[in-house]
Amino acid sequence: MSSPRTGTKRNLIYKAVMKYETVIGLEVHAQLLTQSKIFCGCSTKFGQAPNQSTCPICTGFPGVLPVLNKKVVEFAIRTGLASNCEIACSSRLARKNYFYPDLPKGYQISQYELPICTNGHIDVAMNGTVKRIRLTRIHMEEDAGKNIHDLRGDASLVDLNRAGIPLLEIVSEPDIRSTEEARNYLRTLRAILQYLEICDGNMEEGSFRCDANVSVRPEGTTALGTKVELKNLNSFKAVEKAIEFEIRRHIETLSDGGRLIQETRLWDPDRQETRSMRTKEFAHDYRYFPDPDLLPVVIDEAWIGEIRASLPELPDGRKARFMSQYDIPAYDAELLTSRKDIADYFESALTTHRNPKAIANWITGELFRLLKDRKLDEKVYITEWPVQANNLAAMIALIAQGKISGKIAKTVFEAMADSGRSPQEIVAEKGLEQVSDSESIEKAIDQILAAHPKQVADYQAGNQKIFGFLVGQIMKATQGKANPQKANEILKRKLMEGN
Amino acid sequence: MNLAALTLHEAREKLRKREFSAQELTEAVFRRISETEEKLHSYITLSRDTALKEAKQADERLKTNNNPHSLLGIPIAVKDNFLTRGIRTTCASKFLENFISPYDCTTVKKLRASGAIITGKTNLDEFAMGSSAENSAFFATRNPWDTDRVPGGSSGGSAAALAADQCIVALGTDTGGSIRQPAAFCGVVGLKPTYGRVSRYGIIAFASSMDQVGPMTKDVRDCALMLEAIASYDPADSTSANRPVPQYSASLTGDVKGLRIGIPKEYFVSGIQPDVEQAVRTAVRQLERNGAAIKEISLPHTDYAVAVYYIVATAEASSNLARYDGMRYGHRARAKDLTETYMLSRAEGFGPEVKRRIMLGTYALSAGYYDAYYLKAQRVRTLIKKDFDEAFKSCDVIIAPTAPTTAFKIGEKTQDPLQMYLSDIYTIAVNLAGLPAISLPCGFDFEGLPIGMQIIGKHFDESTIFGIAYAYEQSTDWHKKKPNL
Repeated sequence: MSSPRTGTKRNLIYKAVMKYETVIGLEVHAQLLTQSKIFCGCSTKFGQAPNQSTCPICTGFPGVLPVLNKKVVEFAIRTGLASNCEIACSSRLARKNYFYPDLPKGYQISQYELPICTNGHIDVAMNGTVKRIRLTRIHMEEDAGKNIHDLRGDASLVDLNRAGIPLLEIVSEPDIRSTEEARNYLRTLRAILQYLEICDGNMEEGSFRCDANVSVRPEGTTALGTKVELKNLNSFKAVEKAIEFEIRRHIETLSDGGRLIQETRLWDPDRQETRSMRTKEFAHDYRYFPDPDLLPVVIDEAWIGEIRASLPELPDGRKARFMSQYDIPAYDAELLTSRKDIADYFESALTTHRNPKAIANWITGELFRLLKDRKLDEKVYITEWPVQANNLAAMIALIAQGKISGKIAKTVFEAMADSGRSPQEIVAEKGLEQVSDSESIEKAIDQILAAHPKQVADYQAGNQKIFGFLVGQIMKATQGKANPQKANEILKRKLMEGN
Repeated sequence: MNLAALTLHEAREKLRKREFSAQELTEAVFRRISETEEKLHSYITLSRDTALKEAKQADERLKTNNNPHSLLGIPIAVKDNFLTRGIRTTCASKFLENFISPYDCTTVKKLRASGAIITGKTNLDEFAMGSSAENSAFFATRNPWDTDRVPGGSSGGSAAALAADQCIVALGTDTGGSIRQPAAFCGVVGLKPTYGRVSRYGIIAFASSMDQVGPMTKDVRDCALMLEAIASYDPADSTSANRPVPQYSASLTGDVKGLRIGIPKEYFVSGIQPDVEQAVRTAVRQLERNGAAIKEISLPHTDYAVAVYYIVATAEASSNLARYDGMRYGHRARAKDLTETYMLSRAEGFGPEVKRRIMLGTYALSAGYYDAYYLKAQRVRTLIKKDFDEAFKSCDVIIAPTAPTTAFKIGEKTQDPLQMYLSDIYTIAVNLAGLPAISLPCGFDFEGLPIGMQIIGKHFDESTIFGIAYAYEQSTDWHKKKPNL
């Protein structure tokens, strides 16, 4: 296959002529935050010793039978309601048959013909507009275990702790038209699941996984092009990069007069490219059929009503509330509510110091920058971040009280992030408190004026720019601690006096 | 007194009266086993040592308990597809030849709690797939009435052990007739309860939508007592029924007056052995004399039952047996890579009938064939169920032969799977419909082989079945006949 990066002049001309539209559908697997597995009583706790969280049921011993965890059904209904789905009054669990060492029964219990939720949609914010992405279906299934290949040279090992962890598979319609839409859809979906408190949304740990179906078609046409399924997308970045790579590959192949084949491709993050895993001819025949060990999942209206009534505030609602209640601009409100942990952090900070705008600015500015710089933005919950909400708020309160300047605050913030200590402690220890008493500022100014007679003369001769220079010298001499407002006043007075 | 020949209710009474101890009873059973096992091969595994230990404990409990459980101190033979902690469970397969389960199935757990004594694990067709017990990976069990003949299957070991007094009662499983047909062939009583009546948890699955645990006993009263002991709602089995268990033994009144018995015309057609038909018709006339009303009925989709069964059951089996992959337990072949490990482990571990059914079922579920086979079969299955619903509007039970013939010769049908499949022609529809049905002795053929009569009831109406079976049994002494070994 020709590399998509090597375009010849000829196809560059074609590309200019033929415009393509991207068509993307996403399949998300969300691990559910239940206490026990989907078909047995084993714990779902992460990080246990290999095969510690297993029993005859989740390891596929002879004779065992599955019993559906009711919590999983409840979580599926919650997700369905939050994404405007129809909830099936009767749905079925089905067996997906294939052999693999991490699949103890030789089949995965999933849903096939009658999923629990269908025909939903999620509204995704896109640069001030809203894009509606339809959901085909949401269904319940069990996770497989993990094969470990590089621990022992002569053998592969299997850890079945994950086997039987409940998953929701959330399948979108091919409504997504760009990587940006894909990213925003995933972030919105993840936020909804986090707000519902049913999934922690951690992509790197695999509790929120995404496969992408990607194809392109000439702009203005409606038939779907040949699609590929992309796997191994372990981060938001991987999703974007892999889709971008595929779109480019598709367009270049088609522009070259080549043909695409329907296949599954794996994203290789080291080489930043996708490669073929299996083609359609080698696709599995999973021989789905209804699992005779499990009864149809029958859901009555009353239960759906109860769950609907207990739904928490969702990202859209919270965003609207932040805008009206705290008078925060839409863009900031969107940023703050895009993750539940961030929105919680924001509201928690407000209980210490009620200055929504300043706190919002600090979170979306300094806090996000620092998280990104330290490559933590996708990894940690903000609630686990060393700068606790009350400390950030306390620091902002210190600015408002004139005890520290905005500039010093950035130093304090970095120190809080490094140490996790309170701003008061840091300010006291490092002597960063702003100097506001006129006497010491006056003293400092006198010294500066005495040391710079030429500049003083220039200023008095009418060179206004010198004022800024002098202020800079004063701040330098006071290590930035002089209250800038006071310093300005006194300096102005002194220069006039001297005149 | 030959203690091993006692029924459950006789033995229970005498244990209670201290005429003998559970240890004496158990020893008598094992003496009988050692006298006859050479000729029969009913058991795959005997658990003599633990059985005697359990008998000793039972005697302790009998001393202090004035109202003991009906199974306390009773030696029971268990089909080798019930998982038993501490006793290996092979399912008559090379694949599980050395498999020891980490847990007890729900039924065995109940048996142990009630103080029953497990004599051992009886032979069966590998993974319960067969009608003669010849598909065992280890050996064929022989019919105590004629050791050149099969005991039936798949619960052939349990039926033979029971008929030969190698136990007091036995347990089997019935997916397409696997309790009733061997019960008929060996001249004992066997019940397939309503689907969902007895927990399937811990039974090695063959076809999940039809597998059902049931008792095999020397008479009808024992059968009712056994069902009382093993029937229950089991939260571990989603398909088990959450409804109260009646006192079945209370329905043994001997009175059948006014009961309506349906005789399905489709069950008395060509292929049936004449003396089998005659015995069943004679038995029906006997019930009529006792006051039952007899009526011919029709089950129009009967002809399709075998075909439907061999699609649905094999489809489910192909998936149920996927777990035997050589990864975690059971047979594992030496192989060079993963694919070869799968292929060789299964090639070496499974016998030919199991492989045949896995292939059939895999085919029936395959893309492009699913609609034509599996889905179509499920639709016809619904029609078969409706046949019974319709029939039960005008009758309380349906009576038919259990099998079209008496026990056939060992080797007679092994080369022709279709002929073998047809020996379940009268039992299969009951499993497809999830109904309860009993087989009980109703005579002997001209060669002296037992004949079984099947009484099919409505869902969860085992009581009516027991009532009629008991009334018939009271008017005959077929059940008291013993084979000469």
